[in-house]
Amino acid sequence: MSTVDTVTTAAGVAVGPRLRERRDAGRKLLVPYVTAGISADWTDFLTAYEQAGADAIEIGLPFSEPMIDGPTVQEASERALHRGATVPGILADLRRVRVDVPLVVMTYYHLVARDGHARFCAALAEAGVRGLIVPDLPLEELSELEQAAADAGVDLTLVAAPSGTPSRLREIAARSRGFVYAMTGMVTTGERTELPASAAEFATRLKTHADLPVLLGFGVSTPEHAVAGAHAADGVVVASALMRRVLDGAGPADVGAQVAELRAALDAAQG
Amino acid sequence: MGAITAAGLPALLPAAGLMHDPGAAGRFGDYGGRYVPEALMPACAEVEEAFREAWADAGFRRDLDRLLTVYAGRPTPLTPAWNLSAELGVDILLKREDLAHTGSHKINNVLGQALLARRMGRTRVIAETGAGQHGVATATAAALLGLRATVFMGQKDMARQALNVHRMRLLGAEVVEVTSGSRTLKDATSEAMRHWVTCADEAYYCLGSVMGPHPYPWMVREFQRVIGEEARAQCATELPAAIPDYVVACVGGGSNAAGTFAGFAGTAAQLVGVEAAGGAAIAGGKVAVMHGHRSYAIQDEHGQILEAESVAAGLDYPGIGPEHAHLHDLGRARYVTVTDAEVIDAVRRLARSEGILPALESAHAIAWVLRAARDGELPRGATVLITLSGRGDKDTTTLMEIP
Repeated sequence: MSTVDTVTTAAGVAVGPRLRERRDAGRKLLVPYVTAGISADWTDFLTAYEQAGADAIEIGLPFSEPMIDGPTVQEASERALHRGATVPGILADLRRVRVDVPLVVMTYYHLVARDGHARFCAALAEAGVRGLIVPDLPLEELSELEQAAADAGVDLTLVAAPSGTPSRLREIAARSRGFVYAMTGMVTTGERTELPASAAEFATRLKTHADLPVLLGFGVSTPEHAVAGAHAADGVVVASALMRRVLDGAGPADVGAQVAELRAALDAAQG
Repeated sequence: MGAITAAGLPALLPAAGLMHDPGAAGRFGDYGGRYVPEALMPACAEVEEAFREAWADAGFRRDLDRLLTVYAGRPTPLTPAWNLSAELGVDILLKREDLAHTGSHKINNVLGQALLARRMGRTRVIAETGAGQHGVATATAAALLGLRATVFMGQKDMARQALNVHRMRLLGAEVVEVTSGSRTLKDATSEAMRHWVTCADEAYYCLGSVMGPHPYPWMVREFQRVIGEEARAQCATELPAAIPDYVVACVGGGSNAAGTFAGFAGTAAQLVGVEAAGGAAIAGGKVAVMHGHRSYAIQDEHGQILEAESVAAGLDYPGIGPEHAHLHDLGRARYVTVTDAEVIDAVRRLARSEGILPALESAHAIAWVLRAARDGELPRGATVLITLSGRGDKDTTTLMEIP
């Protein structure tokens, strides 16, 4: 794979180096999520998350058929789309924001492919987004986007599932960029009262294959979950638990405070 | 099944390799594939492997053929539509899938997949349904083979197809109401796939049409191929030319059309798929990746999938199976649309002229033939095979509400 010059000219904070540096410094990583376009002031969530100690921020580009998302992110996506959210509009919003945190877009493959892989990745990079997660694009269909993302200086992060065979997990770990996204269990996204029992074991298993940070996501809902997940992995992604609050009317300051609690719990556990 | 003599066949087209095995990647030209979350990749691979083995196993074929014969009532007859043919000046033959057990062609696919599920050691099947015909067929096969069934159905469809909801429950299936999105087949499919993520180790996903991730579009077409093969053999004895000039079927996802076309892809027959005007993936859509495959779907200018709008719950779907997209691009099949009003008219015409009440879905195929005969698009004396995919009993409530 070519290490092209565009990597250094792209705006935004690169995902891989920042996360690796912090992981290596002994910090547990926290990646909160927001559905883009959920409210008129949605980019204020980015600033709030940054101030609350996020190590990267996952931004969902809403799609009408969110195949791996549970009710909360479905509802958030529907609301954002109902408000008129579009990919160009969201990227225009992002071009007006400056945060010193890597931004990672999560969206479905249809929205990536329809304008062409290279154009999509270039548009992300131009808006300061340096990471991409496409949960319905498996290894077998990956190569075109993998190249386009690398050319644009965007880290294409792959999702690993507990159902994966050892050879699939090895390949995911080898081809993922930025970090490796580990599903806590065979679940869709959504708030849960308990982390799936498979989470810690799976993170430990995946870490034997991966040099990159391994982050657990899907159902991480409370500071206790975050601490337990980050104990086995290098950190956690928290989405639905935050979006539930947003859907119930909480603004950037309130949800930022929730992220700060997660941060404090992770830091305290590190002692 | 009667042998087809070579003398009775028109010259095979060069595209005789059409509608065969799409290979390990599950590609039909640029379409198809397997676009699912990593969590489901092992499950899809397992289904593919099991299907390849089973389909090559004479014992599996024998078991399925026996069920299709003694349980589902195959072969279904080919009925000349005598009165309508005389009125229109064309010769119409109806492939009577409405006479199959449970009232539609859906039973063909479901018996195959339920046998496969059992062969794979699964104790539970999950399914999506639109009009409820696939759900009823799934509940039926599950009852027969001792499997538990869970069927996902949009809230809107549960209301307009209440009879089928009741039938599924009588048959022992659990029906789960889906309240997201448009509350129709599109959303029921998404929800069934989400549910599959959580139970892929114990449950088999019994998909109802020629869509979804590989191997489903191929496997479902193979299980429905029996429609086209029977019809071709029946046409060989019924028609002087052995092959009809036109082969017409309705298309939502497109399983009865795929099964019918598979019997005629290598002949000179013109293949016509009829979509609902409000869910015209090919006439009004663009390339999309949705529900595990790449095909066409109706979408807005920003790529968001649009809600379909059709009086027929089974065709109320914004996409179309990937092999149909391929047949369209090749020009091997043509995809046309009819409106709800034409469909209602077609139901009444067929009921009055032949004493056959077709399902609203199947009436799309009738409606196009009525229009094409009237417009002169079908030449006088043309022979037309129409797959009558299901019977209309389930639609009587809907029809009663239409003046």
